Amino acid sequence: MSGLILPRRQLIARAGGLVAAAGTLPLLAGCDAINEAPLTRKILSMGEEMNRASQRALIDRDALAREFSRADLSPVFRSNGTKLPAGDAYARHAATGFADWRVAVTGLVAKPLALSMADIRAMPQRSQITRHDCVEGWSAIGEWTGVQLSRILAAAGLKDRARYIVFRCADRIGDALYYESCDLVDALHPQTIMAWALNRELLPIANGAPLRLRIERQLGYKHAKYVTGIEAVASLDGVGAGKGGYWEDRIDYEWYAGI
Amino acid sequence: MERKGDMAEPEPPVAPSDPAAPAVAASPVRIYRHRLPTRIWHWANAVTLLILLMSGLMIFNAHPRLYWGQYGANPDHAWFAVGATPTTGFVRIGETRIETTGVLGRWTDAQGAEQTWAFPGWATIPTSYSLADGRRWHLFFAWVLAIGLTLYMLWTAFGGHLRRDLHVRRPEWSPRHIWHDIKDHARLRFPKGEAAARYGILQKLSYIGVIFILLPLMILTGLTMSPAMGAAWPWLLDVFGGRQSARSIHFIAAWLLVLFFLVHLAMVLLAGPVNEVRSMVTGWFRLPPERDA
Repeated sequence: MSGLILPRRQLIARAGGLVAAAGTLPLLAGCDAINEAPLTRKILSMGEEMNRASQRALIDRDALAREFSRADLSPVFRSNGTKLPAGDAYARHAATGFADWRVAVTGLVAKPLALSMADIRAMPQRSQITRHDCVEGWSAIGEWTGVQLSRILAAAGLKDRARYIVFRCADRIGDALYYESCDLVDALHPQTIMAWALNRELLPIANGAPLRLRIERQLGYKHAKYVTGIEAVASLDGVGAGKGGYWEDRIDYEWYAGI
Repeated sequence: MERKGDMAEPEPPVAPSDPAAPAVAASPVRIYRHRLPTRIWHWANAVTLLILLMSGLMIFNAHPRLYWGQYGANPDHAWFAVGATPTTGFVRIGETRIETTGVLGRWTDAQGAEQTWAFPGWATIPTSYSLADGRRWHLFFAWVLAIGLTLYMLWTAFGGHLRRDLHVRRPEWSPRHIWHDIKDHARLRFPKGEAAARYGILQKLSYIGVIFILLPLMILTGLTMSPAMGAAWPWLLDVFGGRQSARSIHFIAAWLLVLFFLVHLAMVLLAGPVNEVRSMVTGWFRLPPERDA
């Protein structure tokens, strides 16, 4: 008898599980089908456009993200995404203190540049203590030092047709090197800097050494790390799959990440 | 007998001498209780808030920790966290840990696979983890909420709904009156007859609290989390004490809305679900007959 009880219990448990699964599976599958439907995606993505349009209308071009004092700094500044780019090339750069690192400024510019870290540090610098907001929900406050992107673009001579700035990166995630982009409002914003220092020390590798973007009015995934190229383009169509960024193209993160 | 008008407008009570009185027992007094904007907003909001809650829980799953202040990340102290040990799921509030295996932190999905996201698939939009999709749903329906709420607040304030139905009159503020209403609710004694045509003090306060305090609080704390809004309206950061405080308040206020919903639902069920739901669909509410009638 006792031999029978256990199987029967298991049987009942299994049957119960099946009933529960049969009850919830179609419902959940139905919900997920709605989530995947092209029409749903189209309607939902109107939210991004409404956010972009309303925030652009509401916020002054040069309105600054809050700048904090040194007393407000996060004790530990968390890193995210790539913490160490793979490959020998990056390792060699890291071993030599990024002495041979070059940032190519290309695309719709009058004078393409290949800037060394020394070139970048020789330009006028800006320091700002700002809050980094990850799309996941956490925040960290750090002090960033670097050169305003507007100065780099001015040095290269942005052409009239340029509408977006694309950032090329050295870290490969899965199938591609990371990339991001922004429009000229954010590119020319006074707090948009190519930063090489965090908390008055050279940028740690986990945070994007030797150079990363700070684009303070948008979420963390826009802040490209390990930047190797700054490219001015007229359209995002030819960039990746056309949505303007690594995560935008792969998992449908918003290109406009102001909220 | 039908009487069209707003619920709080004083009308002569139905007296036995009323010529219509003989019909009362057969067909109860019906009043036009909810006007069209209320009905539309009620149901649109019910769907919107459900989607916002479930997609919000998905967003929470991306970082199931809450902090107070301007910053907060994994190295910092979280006052609230959902997590998993190798075998269990738990919720930690302050220093108190509550095991929640099976529901929060560690649960089994519909395919039978064990998951360690904070909130389970049946509670989130979409079902399986996608911060990107959760945000798409949340940030679209946030607009539906904000536009609907703004219109409804304007209509409530200027269309007479506030003055007629929600305005708390001086005698209602007396502690004695409030205590009386609390006792009645606790004993599940609901108003009958003419008294049922008006909102009680607790009803008024909870509706005002939801429309004018909780829902605006959800929108404002949501906006405070936006890095762009921090540049547009920096006062938001001062009012709520920082992005991470705003995120904590957003989470707490969401559960206060869930609490409101549960009490609201219980009251509807106890007060007569058919009549209550019908009045929110058609607008017409049947006054429950007096006990001794």
